[in-house]
Amino acid sequence: MEIKSDDYRVWYEPEDSTVFCNGYLRLDGTEEYKPIMDLLIGAITDQPTITVNLRKLEFLNSSGISMLSMFVIKVRQNGGIKLIFEGSSKILWQTKSLKNLQRLMPTIQLDFD
Amino acid sequence: MAQLNTDKVFGEFLDPLLPTDEYLTINFSPTSGSRKEYWRNNGISADFLGDYFSSFFPIDIDTQAKIDKRDEIKSTVSFIANELLENAMKYSVQTMKLPVSIALYLYEQELVFVAANHAHVKTVNGYQEFIQEIVTSDIDELYTKQMEKAATGESGSSMGLITMISDYSAKLGWKFSPLEDYQDIFQAIIMVRLAV
Repeated sequence: MEIKSDDYRVWYEPEDSTVFCNGYLRLDGTEEYKPIMDLLIGAITDQPTITVNLRKLEFLNSSGISMLSMFVIKVRQNGGIKLIFEGSSKILWQTKSLKNLQRLMPTIQLDFD
Repeated sequence: MAQLNTDKVFGEFLDPLLPTDEYLTINFSPTSGSRKEYWRNNGISADFLGDYFSSFFPIDIDTQAKIDKRDEIKSTVSFIANELLENAMKYSVQTMKLPVSIALYLYEQELVFVAANHAHVKTVNGYQEFIQEIVTSDIDELYTKQMEKAATGESGSSMGLITMISDYSAKLGWKFSPLEDYQDIFQAIIMVRLAV
């Protein structure tokens, strides 16, 4: 499963239960984020643990932050799934904003490299 | 309610701004281009502003920090400018060919963004209600509330403005002025100040 454009690439690797998001995501609102959201939701089916690797996601606009919030709430609703976000300590938005997802689900694990 | 014929100011809005030698304004004159094309321009313009203004800051050599000052300025300016342009495009009155602009001013201790667009009175009223909430609420509580709201897919959660305040310690101000020739249209100006 892969979603690709000139600016970004999002794909799922089932063997590692990991969704990778790379590049620059500045999509126009919830509707344009839907395919990515669907890929994320698809990944949590039947998985006890899911990792979202953002270490090469240089840019995420606030609609993208809202999409991640939406995803976290879906995981929270499903219950019993361990959610890990892998971030980069060299990418500013991640150091500023990723921790906020724990407000929605305190058990989220944040791993910064 | 937006009052006709009078300016309305919210938050910390400096008027006039102090003069500075370093500033840049980008003006978008609406054409028949598609929304997708405009959207792409937002990112290009925001990245340009980030690149340009970061060059005024030194590259830290001895620092232990993982992100040096220049990269921090570049990323912050790019994020904020992109959000301001996205909002300006989203809430502009579409039927009239009125311009959108963004300006960035550099001072010794702060960066000031000024973004302007034109919006219908109905849009302005909804926006002002949300601004009231921003200026009177505890920002942490509002952040969580809006995140939950965003998660339901409700549009207009305005996470961008709240993120600027909460994660980037930005100070926001707004000014709304009615247009003389069009009663229902307001010029909406947002000012974002960032300590540097």
